[in-house]
Amino acid sequence: MTGSMDLPAKGGFNFDLCRRNNMLEKNGLKLPGFLKTGTTIVGLVFQDGVVLGADTRATEGPIVADKNCEKIHFMAPNIYCCGAGTAADTEAVTDMVSSQLQLHRYATGRESRVITALTLLKSHLFRYQGHVSAALVLGGVDCTGPHLHTVYPHGSTDTLPFATMGSGSLAAMSVFESRFKEGLTREEGIELVSDAIRAGIFNDLGSGSNVDVCVITKGKTEYLRNHQLPNPRTYASSKGFSFTKGQTEVLSTKIIPLKQKVEVAEGGDAMEE
Amino acid sequence: MVGKNCFAIASDRRLGVQLQTIATDFQRVFKIHDKLYIGLSGLATDAQTLWVFRILDSFWYQRLVFRHKLYQLREERDMKPETFASLVSALLYEKRFGPYFCQPVIAGLGDNDEPFICTMDCIGAKELAKDFVVSGTASESLYGACESMYKPNMEPEELFETISQALQASVDRDCLSGWGGYVLIV
Repeated sequence: MTGSMDLPAKGGFNFDLCRRNNMLEKNGLKLPGFLKTGTTIVGLVFQDGVVLGADTRATEGPIVADKNCEKIHFMAPNIYCCGAGTAADTEAVTDMVSSQLQLHRYATGRESRVITALTLLKSHLFRYQGHVSAALVLGGVDCTGPHLHTVYPHGSTDTLPFATMGSGSLAAMSVFESRFKEGLTREEGIELVSDAIRAGIFNDLGSGSNVDVCVITKGKTEYLRNHQLPNPRTYASSKGFSFTKGQTEVLSTKIIPLKQKVEVAEGGDAMEE
Repeated sequence: MVGKNCFAIASDRRLGVQLQTIATDFQRVFKIHDKLYIGLSGLATDAQTLWVFRILDSFWYQRLVFRHKLYQLREERDMKPETFASLVSALLYEKRFGPYFCQPVIAGLGDNDEPFICTMDCIGAKELAKDFVVSGTASESLYGACESMYKPNMEPEELFETISQALQASVDRDCLSGWGGYVLIV
């Protein structure tokens, strides 16, 4: 808590608290668990482009922290990335590379290429030797055609026609291996991806809730958020809980009215030349 | 918890070292500006050991108030809750390999008094929700209590009752929380 509060940090990771935390851990303190996305993420290449799919469950240990989180992240208008692993890492890495791609687009004046995003991601992850735990399925369509890549937390990548990652990857891969073929149509592609994600949702404990799908083709991207909801909440009673006013014992109440901020825009004259 | 054009944020009042209670009126919810509050819960695991560091990390909110004041001076307006959530997330992720031991809950009213709530784990993974968010040692019970007691579009009076009952019910089942609660409704 000592140290400079004067300047905002220059960027990158800050290791100030590592020594303190190591000392705390030696004294028996356990670090709180990170939010993980147990996850099933998939991608496949069809005749006109790429389809990406993901489930929507975020877990914190054995508890479901978020029943409807977004795992398909925006990288560029023509490139999307699904993320598995530690949620903070996937969000931070995809946001960072997305900003770098935007700056690159401004500098070159051209549409981003999938291979650019891939190289930026893999060099960042390799630099941190796997400690930034982000496993990604990156897909997009650029001037050289549709591309699908997987990126592992240590920085290795694969280029594949269909790919799955996450704890539910085996369940999803079994669906792909039996039904994938070259030259699928858009409807067949979406159905195959949804079936693969559903296989992950129902057979893997770390994945669940809904199916998100993203279809990327030349010139058009469609993000189908909650494309399928195979786990609706049907157990809630229609009456719900109703608490009468005054049921909670109140020791003291303080009511502070908020001041309304009124903006006065004077009718200004136009600037004279 | 989110209600109709309002939100409520509540915390318990106990501060303890393992099983010993140090204070029974500890303030955990801090104001950033009139329509934006942040609650900082300590460790999620078994013991609230080494309370010195826990309190220091709780006072981390002063650093957030400082950043918000800088923003106010530059932009001449208050920060939107979404922006503030991104700021907190970035500050926490900076310490990815030596994290702060706190899990914030952020609640605010955005444009048109649209309520916004989110929580984060200790390295800044944002988790937005449209109904309720929880954090702390009793978080597992809180998930259960809020899941059953929450109803959408509650008026402030009913929202107060619901959030207090959910908090009290969960906190009663957790040894490390208790001694009543603070509830803020905006």
